[in-house]
Amino acid sequence: MPIIQLSDVTKRYGTFTALNTVSLDIAKGERVVVCGPSGSGKSTLIRCINQLEVHDAGAITVDGVTLDGSKAALNRIREKVGMVFQQFNLFPHLSIIDNLTLGPMRARDKTREEAREIAMRYLTRVRIPEQADKFPRQLSGGQQQRVAIARALCMEPEILLFDEPTSALDPEMINEVLDVMVGLAESGMTMIVVTHEMGFARKVADTMVFMDHGEIVETAPPETFFTNPESARCKDFLQKILPH
Amino acid sequence: MSILPQLFTKPTQIAAAPHLMRGLRPFAKAPHQVRGRTLLLIALLATLSGCSADWGWYVVDPSTKSGWLNLKFLLSGLYYTILLSVTAILISIVVGLLIALPGLSKNPVLRGINRFYVEIVRAVPILVLILWVYYGLPQVADISISVFWAGVIALALSDSAFEAEIFRAGIQSIDKGQYEAAHSVSLNYADTMRFVILPQAIRRILPALGNQLVYMLKMSSLVSVIGMQELTRKANELVVTEYRPLEIYTILVLEYLVLILIVSAGVRWLERRMRTDER
Repeated sequence: MPIIQLSDVTKRYGTFTALNTVSLDIAKGERVVVCGPSGSGKSTLIRCINQLEVHDAGAITVDGVTLDGSKAALNRIREKVGMVFQQFNLFPHLSIIDNLTLGPMRARDKTREEAREIAMRYLTRVRIPEQADKFPRQLSGGQQQRVAIARALCMEPEILLFDEPTSALDPEMINEVLDVMVGLAESGMTMIVVTHEMGFARKVADTMVFMDHGEIVETAPPETFFTNPESARCKDFLQKILPH
Repeated sequence: MSILPQLFTKPTQIAAAPHLMRGLRPFAKAPHQVRGRTLLLIALLATLSGCSADWGWYVVDPSTKSGWLNLKFLLSGLYYTILLSVTAILISIVVGLLIALPGLSKNPVLRGINRFYVEIVRAVPILVLILWVYYGLPQVADISISVFWAGVIALALSDSAFEAEIFRAGIQSIDKGQYEAAHSVSLNYADTMRFVILPQAIRRILPALGNQLVYMLKMSSLVSVIGMQELTRKANELVVTEYRPLEIYTILVLEYLVLILIVSAGVRWLERRMRTDER
């Protein structure tokens, strides 16, 4: 039984259809990389999974819980799904450690000591435990994004969503973030990653998803996806973004 | 004329002797700035005194018994001016926030409630509201209401509409990503507001909140019309017995000026402190 099931999910903004009857099954532990031109609906797709965008039609089921518009279902799904944003979205007025402990303390009823312990464990995992008492703006972009990953991990989610996690970074900081993500993938975390980092995709993806105009155009394992894509649109896209 | 130096010995001494200002340290600017401000006041007063031959500073000359009593009488209004303003602003901040939150809702009915309150309350002049609360409300609601609480209610009510707009602007200025991040770590609405949005919004609206406090201190003078024994009322009463409006109202101006300079220094200090938190 897949951990995430999307069937015929549709999302419109006014007259613009961002997602058009999208269906996708993701198994537990599967690493899915979503790519496609800008405006193709990649971000909307993953934002629907934790309901940052509310879909207009279709069904979304996460780990046996179907989103039915109720607060209870939404909260159960939010608990299972962590998210990493393009712009990090750290809380600028809180120190790194407080960024990490806020969720566990307020939404998981952890004590301060328990939350700190969890936070330090994940800060060590993203290799910046020494920054715990600094504030976000004192850190580089790469470090901030790693803090954001640690913050998501502190909630101990089943699934992690990444919305273009390296797009806002200076080139020299991209690898430190990708390294952390590769480590996560190796640990068996279910991951859906929207990215244009095709090197990363080749290395960790179980499944490549190509989207265009709000539709999933192609779903394939990376070997076939990169060497022998079926659709012309996908071929065209890969030609544009892969290094010559 | 002879009273002038005496009146201002205290501030000048303080300015010239930094060790006396230790208690005031958080509010203190560089000593030369304080001295500059005091000198400016003296110069201003000296100019004023040159305009007319018959200034009668004796009414508030602290070296004479009656002058000292008069001065004490005027200053005794400070207690109610401060108590009234501070009570009113605290209430209006809480009410303002509660009015602002529905204004940020997606629900048009809740937004409508916010608009209705803000537009109605904002349209009533404060003086009119004071008169209505003191003379009208007891008849409508069949309660008796003290002068103090009538003043507090009227000032707080009037100010809450402005506070609501300030809060709304502050909260709206916070990036959408902050809500999304709070959502993704499972915070509920109350926790999102309390730990993520409001702490950031309040830093941004602090100058505006400071403005409202200053405004409130000044508007509290209107409560004198229903008999509140604050600074303005005291001055009015003394003018009636002493017939020295120029000197007494000049002291009144200075009382408000000093009070408000202290408040704005306090707000600036608070701003600086909160900024350093973030760095």
